[in-house]
Order: sequence, then structure tokens, then C-alpha cells
Amino acid sequence: MVSESIAPGRAPIKLSVRDLTISYKGKPILSNVNLEIEENEIFGIIGPAGAGKTSFLKCLNRMDIFTPEMSITGEIIMDDVDILKMRNVYELRRRIGVVFPLPVGLPLSVYDNVALAPRLAGIKKKLQLDEIVEQCLQRAALWDEVKDRLNSLGSLLSGGQQQRLTIARALSQEPDLLCLDEFSIAVDPVTTMRIEGVLKEIKSETTIILVTNLVQQARRLASRTAFFHDASCVEVNDTEELFTGTVQNAVTREYVEGRFG
Amino acid sequence: MSVTADSFSFPQGAFASTGLNLRKEKVQYLFRLLFMLMTGLLILPVALILGMLVYKGGPAISVDFLFTDPTQGMTAGGIFPALFGTIWLVAVSLLFSVPLGIAAAIYLSEYAPNNWLTRLINLCIINLAGVPSIVHALHGFGAFVLFAGMGTSILAASLTLAIMTMPVVIVATKESLQAVPQSFREATWNLGATRWQTIVKVVVPNAVSGILTGIILEVSRSAGETAPIMFTGAVFFLPFLPQDLFDQTMALSLHLFVVSTQVPGMPEETPYGVALVLIGLVLIMNSLSIAFRMYLRGKKKW
Repeated sequence: MVSESIAPGRAPIKLSVRDLTISYKGKPILSNVNLEIEENEIFGIIGPAGAGKTSFLKCLNRMDIFTPEMSITGEIIMDDVDILKMRNVYELRRRIGVVFPLPVGLPLSVYDNVALAPRLAGIKKKLQLDEIVEQCLQRAALWDEVKDRLNSLGSLLSGGQQQRLTIARALSQEPDLLCLDEFSIAVDPVTTMRIEGVLKEIKSETTIILVTNLVQQARRLASRTAFFHDASCVEVNDTEELFTGTVQNAVTREYVEGRFG
Repeated sequence: MSVTADSFSFPQGAFASTGLNLRKEKVQYLFRLLFMLMTGLLILPVALILGMLVYKGGPAISVDFLFTDPTQGMTAGGIFPALFGTIWLVAVSLLFSVPLGIAAAIYLSEYAPNNWLTRLINLCIINLAGVPSIVHALHGFGAFVLFAGMGTSILAASLTLAIMTMPVVIVATKESLQAVPQSFREATWNLGATRWQTIVKVVVPNAVSGILTGIILEVSRSAGETAPIMFTGAVFFLPFLPQDLFDQTMALSLHLFVVSTQVPGMPEETPYGVALVLIGLVLIMNSLSIAFRMYLRGKKKW
């Protein structure tokens, strides 16, 4: 487990999860998670399906309130505030960008897809919106492909383009925390590598949580990685520690070596 | 690469047709034919009704017929007060039922928790849609004409129509709202939108065409209903136009009943003419909404 104190040379803690237990209809789907995520790192979460990875993300931006059967105990401290006790969840969600496994291009134009979050936040000036849209699309490596058809429907783009559109939309929130939930499931390898490049670039501005079931993707990108298995957090460690032979945990080793999952 | 005639001939060897294949093909052909015929049968009544009305009622239609008052005990002159009255009744009933119905549908689809109360409300709405119109008429007479003291008036008749047609609006709106993928809502919530912002910016714009369908169904039904307005606001004959919502009015549907059964010496084409105007009104509304929906659908896709 990660130590409570900040080790020298470490970045400040962005998010600290203490004794988090999530249950669904009384059945635990993730129990006793303790981990800390540092500012401006890419934090990987790996683990087989059903390990509770997505539920963990749902807690972070309080999407759990739309699932009444879900109950949560513990603490998630982000910037000194326990977000599980937070009332203004809208501000929280605005500061947390989420990218889903399957791209969700809203049936709006490409432009409106990216401008939606700024508009929700009250930005109305056309000039300012134009700037945000171009900047976000550029950072999501999509601008060159769509700059001539910003007014066509976002939902008509190809799968890989839509996923980058979703990332651009998440970036338009100027998120403190960007959560990606198995973003590469519906994306071809070339686009995956492009998005991975994008993530490496933007981590200087935001903290990224990368949930993935491609262990090699976590290895490529994450500085530290958590391994979730059987509704619990088995191990949190520096990514290289977790992947190389010195791993102490037998289950982790079996998983990263591809023996199950 | 060119396609030779050979590639269209029956596959041979390992892919040769078996008896089972041929039988399945025959069955499939038979059912397709059967269902096609049934679909054709559906068009038949519409075509017959319209054809009959145009053939028999067409000669009655003229500018005078549409825009003058009936004269000589309704056997001559036009139908303007009835046409005018129907438009009023439908418009006023829409004014009540559309906002209420859409609001209720949005609540039921977007806000209401899935519990016994919501299920009970849904059941009530479905039952309300099943209440016979004559019962609605009596209720309207009791509640609006007598109890609320509106008298037999456009307002009372429109309210009765509104209550009768509201379930159609609610059900159509609710279904089209629920047809909007949940992932759209989640994506919008994730951007920090409130439920209300999500409804306004994403859910309703994508459900407009279904909502319109509900409203049009309502228009068609209100325009054609006779019983509810007979008790509450429509009259047999009124030689002048209503001045405000508390006046009585003539209406096309009741007028049709009157001219076809109650007035001796009515020229034969007049009832057909009235029916043609009534159905024309509904068809025009329908086509307008279809055009509008096609325009919207061209704009939105997923």
C-alpha cells in the first residue's frame, strides 16, 4: 500500500482515496480501496472485467447518484474536499472530464459538441468559443480532419474520430482530472497511438486516470498503476515495479503476464 | 473484374440447393406476399373514404361554402361558423394539453423515480386514454359547465377535449424522450450539466419529432370528436360567430352529424362536403407536421 506521507521528490497529491467501499444492492463491488493520485501524473488502473474499475470512476464524478442501488462509504479527497459529501456535484463534474469506452458523439455539430461544456459554464461570446473549440480539437489531434466540416454532425464521424471528439469535449471543460475508461476499445491501433500521444502531452496540464484492460497500455503511459481484482484493490505501485519481476503479489504477476483476465 | 453470367447461375457442388433450402424459400416468399397484401388492405379504406368524399363532396366545396354562414335552416349557404368553431376548439385545447402533457411526460421520463407511485401514475394515464369519449363529455359537463360555472362555452369544451387527448400527448412524448439514448444524458451530465440543462440542450431537441407526432394525433382526434363538445360547448345552430371563450360555438364534427341526420331536405352533397372539409383540415395539419419533422430529421441524426 502507498504510504500516507509525501515522499521527497513526489508531486503533491491530487486525489486521495481512503477506505472506499462501493456496493450495489448490498453486494460489494469494490471494497477498501486506499490509494493516492499525484498531480500531473497518468495513473493507470488495470484489472479484469468486473473488478470495479468503472464503478470507481463513477464515484469520482458522483455519477453514482443516478444509480440509487449504489451505496458508497469511505472518503475521496480531491483538493482538500471530500467529494462524497459534496453538494455542488455539477461543479465537480465540470472539473472532471470523462471519456467512455464507446465514443458518444452527441447529435450536435462537431462545433457544438466541443462548445457544449463551455456554454453550460456560461461562456457565450462567439470569439471565445471559436478559440476554445479550435484549441481543444487541436489538442485532441482532430482539428486537421474536421476543420472544414465543423458544422456537420459529430455523430457521423468515424469511430476513432468520435472518440477524439469525446476527448476534445472533455478537454473543453478544462478538467483538473481526466478519466478515461477503456478509451481504446472501439478505436483502431493507429488512432489509439495518436490518442496516447495526446495524453502524454496534456498530462502537464491535468491529472489523468487511465482505466484500461490492455496491460501494455498502462505500462506505456502510466507512471503508477493500481491493479483491481475481485472487487478489491490488490496493489498500487510504480508501473515498472508492478510489471517487472520484483512484484511481490502473485495475483498481479499472473495478471500482467497474461495468465488470466 | 467482370461479372460473368456464370456467377448468377445456381451454385453447384457443395453449395447445391437442397430440398430444405427450397422449402424455406417458398415459405419465406409466401409470408412476404401475405404481409404485403395485408399492408395493401390497410391502404384500401383510406383510399375508399377519400375517393368517396372527393367524388361526392367535391362539388359542394367552394370559397362561399367555406366562408359564409349557413342559411335557410342550414340547407344552403356555407359552414364558416362551424369551421371557425372547430379551429377555436382545437387551438384552445392544445393551449392547455400540450404544455401540461409535455411537462408531465418530461417529469415521468426524466425525473420520476421508478417506484410504485410512478407506476400508478403511468397506469392512470393509460386508463385515462381508454375512457370513452361520452364519459369525458359527462365529466366535462359536470366539472367545467356546472361546477366551475363556465356554462356551455368554448372554454369548457376545449378543456374537456384537452383532458381527453392529454394521454396521447403524454405517452407519445414520454416514448420519444425515452428513445433518446441514455449515453447522451450521461455524457452531458459528465460535462457538469444539471438535469434541466440536459433536458433542454440534448434530450428534448432529439425527441421533437416524436412529440410533434403526439400533438398531431391530438389535433386529429380533437377536431373529429363530437360527443365531448356536444355536452359542453358546441351547438346545433348559431347564426353568429363566437365573440370570446365563454360563448358557445358551432363545430364541424357536430355540424356533420346535424346535416346528415337532423335536417330534412338537405342537398346530398352538403354532408360529404362538410366531411371533406373536416378530413382536409386534419390532413393539412398532418402534412405540415410531416414536412416539419422531415426538416428536423434532416438536421439531427445519430
